[in-house]
Amino acid sequence: MKLSNLIKHTGAVLGTCVLLAGASTGAVAEERKSFSLAWTIYVGWMPWQYAEDSGIMKKWADKYDIDVDIVQVNDYIESINQYTAGQFDGVVATSMDALSIPAASGVDSTALIVGDYSNGNDGLVSKDAKTIKALKGTTVHLVELSVSHYLLVRALDSVGLEERDISVVNISDADLVSAFQTDDVRSVATWNPLLSEIVAFPEATKLFDSSQIAGHIKDLAIVNTQTLEENPELGKALVGAWYETMAIISADDKAGQEARAVLGQSSGTDREGYEAQLAATRMFYKPAAAVEFINSDTAREALDSVRQFSFEKGLLGQGAMSPDFVGIEFPDGSVMGDKGNVNLRFNDSFMKMAADDKL
Amino acid sequence: MRLINRHPGRVAATLLGLAPFLLIIVLYGMASKERLAENPNDKLLPGLEQMVAGVDRMAFQEDRRSGDYLMWIDTAASLERLAIGMVIAAALALLVGIINGTLPLARANLSPLVSALSMIPPLAILPILFIVFGLGELSKVMLIVIGTAPIMMRDVAQRVRELPQEQFIKIQTLGASSWQLVTRMVLPQVLPRLIDSVRLSLGPAWLFLIAAEAISATEGLGYRIFLLRRYMAMDVILPYVIWITLLAIVIDQCLRFGNRRLFPWYNAGGH
Repeated sequence: MKLSNLIKHTGAVLGTCVLLAGASTGAVAEERKSFSLAWTIYVGWMPWQYAEDSGIMKKWADKYDIDVDIVQVNDYIESINQYTAGQFDGVVATSMDALSIPAASGVDSTALIVGDYSNGNDGLVSKDAKTIKALKGTTVHLVELSVSHYLLVRALDSVGLEERDISVVNISDADLVSAFQTDDVRSVATWNPLLSEIVAFPEATKLFDSSQIAGHIKDLAIVNTQTLEENPELGKALVGAWYETMAIISADDKAGQEARAVLGQSSGTDREGYEAQLAATRMFYKPAAAVEFINSDTAREALDSVRQFSFEKGLLGQGAMSPDFVGIEFPDGSVMGDKGNVNLRFNDSFMKMAADDKL
Repeated sequence: MRLINRHPGRVAATLLGLAPFLLIIVLYGMASKERLAENPNDKLLPGLEQMVAGVDRMAFQEDRRSGDYLMWIDTAASLERLAIGMVIAAALALLVGIINGTLPLARANLSPLVSALSMIPPLAILPILFIVFGLGELSKVMLIVIGTAPIMMRDVAQRVRELPQEQFIKIQTLGASSWQLVTRMVLPQVLPRLIDSVRLSLGPAWLFLIAAEAISATEGLGYRIFLLRRYMAMDVILPYVIWITLLAIVIDQCLRFGNRRLFPWYNAGGH
């Protein structure tokens, strides 16, 4: 490691304590053989665990003569921060977090796989209110600045209310379910698997869910653009492994059922629970479907809405004077926002290769 | 002359003390510059300018949404929780500590419980704590109390028992009742120790405060740090950490100074 890099990494440890000293290789992009992708527990990302455990990932990595490490991280935001700091070559994230954390930090990222969008997996639940309008003047607990926050604003918007009409209290996702059992907490916005536990409460009413804003909360596997350009095999191996896994997960045969049971267990439920979550997720099992979605006007409009929200909440950082601060590139080469600061790219070429069976 | 006998002078000692701080600042500055040269939008290691701008925005400009000066609101909220928590914890520690230290009957009854309670890591039973105490201010204060009080109770009880046996006998031969023994002999000697105990517990108290604010809050220093962590706004997080450190140092020194002024006999022995 060069001295300057050593200093850089030492400084990072001192400054933030988020980097492990000496373990970092992510920021130095060269001809490389081994890569890592971080993932966290969520219905649409569980298949990465299956790809790793079943050896599918290894098979595809071997095919392109590289090593790919699929790492499970406990804390979702921390996994994205670590990716942004250069600890991982890829990470799974929603489009909103991909935009507001790595892209706004100037880390050029490519959305390699558009895995799914939430189609009911995120919801707004209340013990008292029977309609969204009735929330006026009450308090909603949620993970602030997350997709739940976005969902809440969209829900309020749908009945002509604004965020200032209610009060929002930040709560950590780890404590949300037990908090809902206390008397103080009357309404929450959250995602699965927490949502399904909360909806199961006898007094709970679901007021709004993400199926009413289909396509807005989409889940991506992003990788560092520079790393991908220098090592296209990484993209091929990841996409290849992903769609082979998708075929198994979606199958109605015994292998598929077993896979879903295993993934259900790992995410704290069982096969039925996992299948229920899958039903509330628009999974793109086939690469062609993902390619079609990401090239659609719906995807574009949704992303525009997400970036406006991110700017209004200050998520794009101090330097951002308008939602156009970060450029988002679409597969056809068109750019939404600043063409000189493109940091989030949707690249469908790898998914297309998968669709055409050319991997 | 042996190395162990060489002492730095006043000036040299100050310089030696400052050197590690300067080294950290210089190392940080180099690392930050390096990262920013590579990527001007890097948020991980912001430069001094960005941090100054961050503080300016948080402390001296009205928030766009609420019109508040966020950093002062956060500071006030956190200090209030910390103060209430520590006052309750100290009062409990004094009461239970003295009872446990002076009354063998109470000690037999209470001391094992206090010892056991002090071993429970409060963060491990968080979900239970806030189902019991709710999610409001009470739970945050209670986390500080539960986290710091048992250890201070044990400390106070231990100090009482360390008082010379001769004193206990002497005050009794002079005709003091149990109550007088506590108020005239034990209390004046244990109060300054309690303040020292509070000083040592301040570190854990901050930890519990920030943990509590991470769980559920609408303002507070810990709340802001956890919120900004969501998009890695280190230009505000790092100044907040420095600010917390400064506050902790100031509180600690105030307690030390107060201890000296209020209880001159305690420090006469050269503490």
